[in-house]
Amino acid sequence: MSDAPKKSWFTRLKEGLAKTSRPLTQGIKDLFTKKKLDQASIEELEDLLIQADLGVKTSHKIVSLIAKSRFDKDVDEEEVRVALAQEIATILDPIAKPIVIDNTQKPHVILVVGVNGTGKTTTIAKLTKEFKEEGHSIMLGAADTFRAAAIEQLQIWGDRLKIPVVTKQAGADPAAVAFEAYEKARKDNIDILMIDTAGRLQNKTHLMAELEKIIRTLKKIDPTAPHTVLLILDATTGQNAYNQVEIFQQLTGVTGLIMTKLDGTAKGGIIVGLAEKFNLPIHAIGVGETSEDLKPFKAQDFANHLMGIEA
Amino acid sequence: MFEGLSNKLSSIIDRLVGKGALTENDVNMAMREIRIALLEADVALPVVKEFIETVKAKAIGQDVVKSISAGQMVVKIVHDHLVEVLGQKNSELNLNAAPPQVIMLVGLQGAGKTTLTAKLALRLKNKRHKKVLMASLDVKRPAAQLQLATLGEQANIATLPIVQGQNPVEITKRALQTARLEGFDVILLDTAGRLHIDDELMDEVKDVHHAGTPIETLLVVDALTGQDAVNVAKAFNEKLPLTGVVLTRVDGDARGGAALSMRSITGCPIKFLSTGEKLDQLDDFHPERVASRILDMGDVVSLVEKASEIIDQEEAEKMAKKLEKGKFDLDDLANQLKQFSKMGGIQNLLNLLPGMGQLKKDMPKGVDEKVVPRQLAIISSMTLKERKDYKVLNASRKKRIAAGSGTTVQDVNKLLKRFEEASKMMKHLSKVGKRGLFSGGLFSK
Repeated sequence: MSDAPKKSWFTRLKEGLAKTSRPLTQGIKDLFTKKKLDQASIEELEDLLIQADLGVKTSHKIVSLIAKSRFDKDVDEEEVRVALAQEIATILDPIAKPIVIDNTQKPHVILVVGVNGTGKTTTIAKLTKEFKEEGHSIMLGAADTFRAAAIEQLQIWGDRLKIPVVTKQAGADPAAVAFEAYEKARKDNIDILMIDTAGRLQNKTHLMAELEKIIRTLKKIDPTAPHTVLLILDATTGQNAYNQVEIFQQLTGVTGLIMTKLDGTAKGGIIVGLAEKFNLPIHAIGVGETSEDLKPFKAQDFANHLMGIEA
Repeated sequence: MFEGLSNKLSSIIDRLVGKGALTENDVNMAMREIRIALLEADVALPVVKEFIETVKAKAIGQDVVKSISAGQMVVKIVHDHLVEVLGQKNSELNLNAAPPQVIMLVGLQGAGKTTLTAKLALRLKNKRHKKVLMASLDVKRPAAQLQLATLGEQANIATLPIVQGQNPVEITKRALQTARLEGFDVILLDTAGRLHIDDELMDEVKDVHHAGTPIETLLVVDALTGQDAVNVAKAFNEKLPLTGVVLTRVDGDARGGAALSMRSITGCPIKFLSTGEKLDQLDDFHPERVASRILDMGDVVSLVEKASEIIDQEEAEKMAKKLEKGKFDLDDLANQLKQFSKMGGIQNLLNLLPGMGQLKKDMPKGVDEKVVPRQLAIISSMTLKERKDYKVLNASRKKRIAAGSGTTVQDVNKLLKRFEEASKMMKHLSKVGKRGLFSGGLFSK
């Protein structure tokens, strides 16, 4: 994946953020203009991380890390921010990995899963554009046969990007769509097949079983498929993201995450806790609605964004 | 009912608190736990702080009722206050204006606006006998207008014909005109998802509001939302005169703290809870249930309602008679298993039970759900004679049953063992029943 030619995602983020208040940054500024790091300010630091959705436990842990060495010493705002960003970047660094396409697979099958409304179809459009620019041939499978007009939504993206889309009628068995798309992609010697699935809440057992069936069906053609299972997470999601990752990973063998909607005010801090708990790669982040708005996930940039540090 | 949180609280404050009123110290300690509980439920921090301050003032000096612990007392005070803040239930849609009345739905991308539009339309049609017109103003997301049209067909509700190239304000005007000409009572406007910091789109939605002059402007919010709920609520509330909030994906397993954040910041009533992908899955808002869920106390009311909806009264009576006679065969077990799976299986039940959050996490997933259908398959593979008297089952019969149900002989044996245990217990219960539950037996072992 390449950085956008004109503006970095960070600049775009900053532009978005400039329009709104910056509670996190401003909060820390209010906290420290060179003063002693005492218990009260430690608690307030924790509060600031909590507001970025890092969760109570993770926030406490990260603040303790920097508090240990600096307690009761004079610190300034910038120093605290940089130190916190550093701790966060250290946690995120090992999981910041791009999607690796296995060229020996024809096609490399990517199954895209997640709860409703996280942006699966839009993300597929963005990935398609990236892969296409890298010179891969691509095919899409419209296995969301449930939601009204989901097939058409993917088809429109396919038309715009000039990519073939394998579809069946609404209400068809999604596993059958996946199977057919896989067969066709093999026949046409396609490099990458991306399969769009219907959004589903992870606690709906029967819907999760449907996903498992899609995977079983793909394995009938090739036991190593799907080669990548992407879980799409919405940055506005709170602590429920833990349940989402846990159950999708358990039942569908998620291999990596993409976080969407980071162009709003949601900080997506849940990623820090997820990184520690699940150790799953985070491939990319979504920062807008057009097909260009997918950027590689970079640990330090993301940590800086969380802490409101300028690039 | 107050298991989860109050157990935690009890261990902290019960040994410290004396008899009598709650002291400031007790309350402070308890509030630390309450704070964490609320944050873990995704209530936004500023809202948590304000909530804690108010509830603290209420709790200090309260007499502890004799029959419950101080921990339970605090949780009760918190729960009651939470219910109060969450507001009234059953705030129906306001339709007190000359028709056509306009209802407008706004929110972030992926909140569930389009599905909710169709749900509200169906409800207005069925419950309030209105002639409803739906119009999608989403000219951004590919196939969004088609999505609403498809839902309209499914629910047999009119949608405004799609005209390419019109902007949202033009579509709104056309909807109003169509409604007047064709005699629609209510117009539902489904707007495009937008970020609250996108000035251009926020201005656009304001223009639509001006053109449509809706009687209800509903903010649609995903129950999975985290801390960002505050920013979203503030921005939409500043730009538009919101009249209500609808929470979607309440059928997920998130604790739904966003409900409290939204209510506190917008001051608008929460009108409905959207609880599934089918168009009739729209519930009235019940503050008690949402409060219990935020505090991880389980949703006992929903559980009981669900059970009474699903368990067949006749079946239950038949079962009671059999129990009286001490007769319980494999067919009865199969019936029980069926009732159980109708209630949504183990995972779903655990969601509704109090204090089960942790247990659920500890349980291996995927495995449990398959047990019930497998056991049913085993029983269905037996002859009627075998079901009435399992003792006739020899090795070759068991082999046949295993093959017929796609299981193993071990699975069959496991089921039979469970059945034996169950029937022993049933016999025991029926004896106890005759003598009265408390005349010994049940507690004496």
